[in-house]
Amino acid sequence: MSADLGTGLAYQRKMPVWWWLRKRSYFLFVMRELSSIFIAWLVLYLLLFVRAVAHGPAAYDDYLDWAASPVLVVVNVVAFAFVLLHTFTWFQLTPKAMVLAVRGHRVPPWAIIGVQYVGLGAMSAFIAWLVLS
Amino acid sequence: MSLRRVEPLVWLTFSGGGVAAATLLPVLTFLFALAFPLGWIDPPDHAHLAAVLHNPLTFLVLMGAFTPMLVHAAHRFRYTLYDGLQVKHRALVAAVCYGSALVGVFVALQMLGSAT
Repeated sequence: MSADLGTGLAYQRKMPVWWWLRKRSYFLFVMRELSSIFIAWLVLYLLLFVRAVAHGPAAYDDYLDWAASPVLVVVNVVAFAFVLLHTFTWFQLTPKAMVLAVRGHRVPPWAIIGVQYVGLGAMSAFIAWLVLS
Repeated sequence: MSLRRVEPLVWLTFSGGGVAAATLLPVLTFLFALAFPLGWIDPPDHAHLAAVLHNPLTFLVLMGAFTPMLVHAAHRFRYTLYDGLQVKHRALVAAVCYGSALVGVFVALQMLGSAT
């Protein structure tokens, strides 16, 4: 992702549409960016889940049946893979975007990344407890 | 409000949405999109989920997470279209992406509001 710097340069080199298939790193970059589609999809999916719960036990059971249909399972498996890619790349990116210092010493990137995984674990455990208890 | 003033707010919301998606979506997706429908874990009773949803905090947390997630998705997809697919209709792409996010926020407000 790059911001439009508004430099006003007249010449822009034309890039082919499929430039991101040339190298593995380019491909991963575009896959990371495409995780946005699946994040939007999962927000919609969870909202529909909430609506089904609000409509009563029968609608809830119907939703679970619909969610178990082969097409939806495939979509959600792919979405889950993209979410994991998003989480991994987002945590890796954080120390590059945010430089922290404690008493004049820079916090090492591995510590920032590690704290995020601890937060992910704690949040996941809390949600699982809330839903399953 | 000028574009120069809006842009940092969009980037800030993008970052918040990125964090929310990275920390909340893995477990929510695993449980609600895979484990419960496929029977890997017994789904919770309807009454229990309904009770969780009726708590006002649930509305605040879900609305507070879904809104930046939708902005995050719109902002990132906007640049995917610019940089990845070389789509050059910048104003149209921005209008479609952020317009969709705005519609999504209204839908979330309506669905969560009626459920809680």
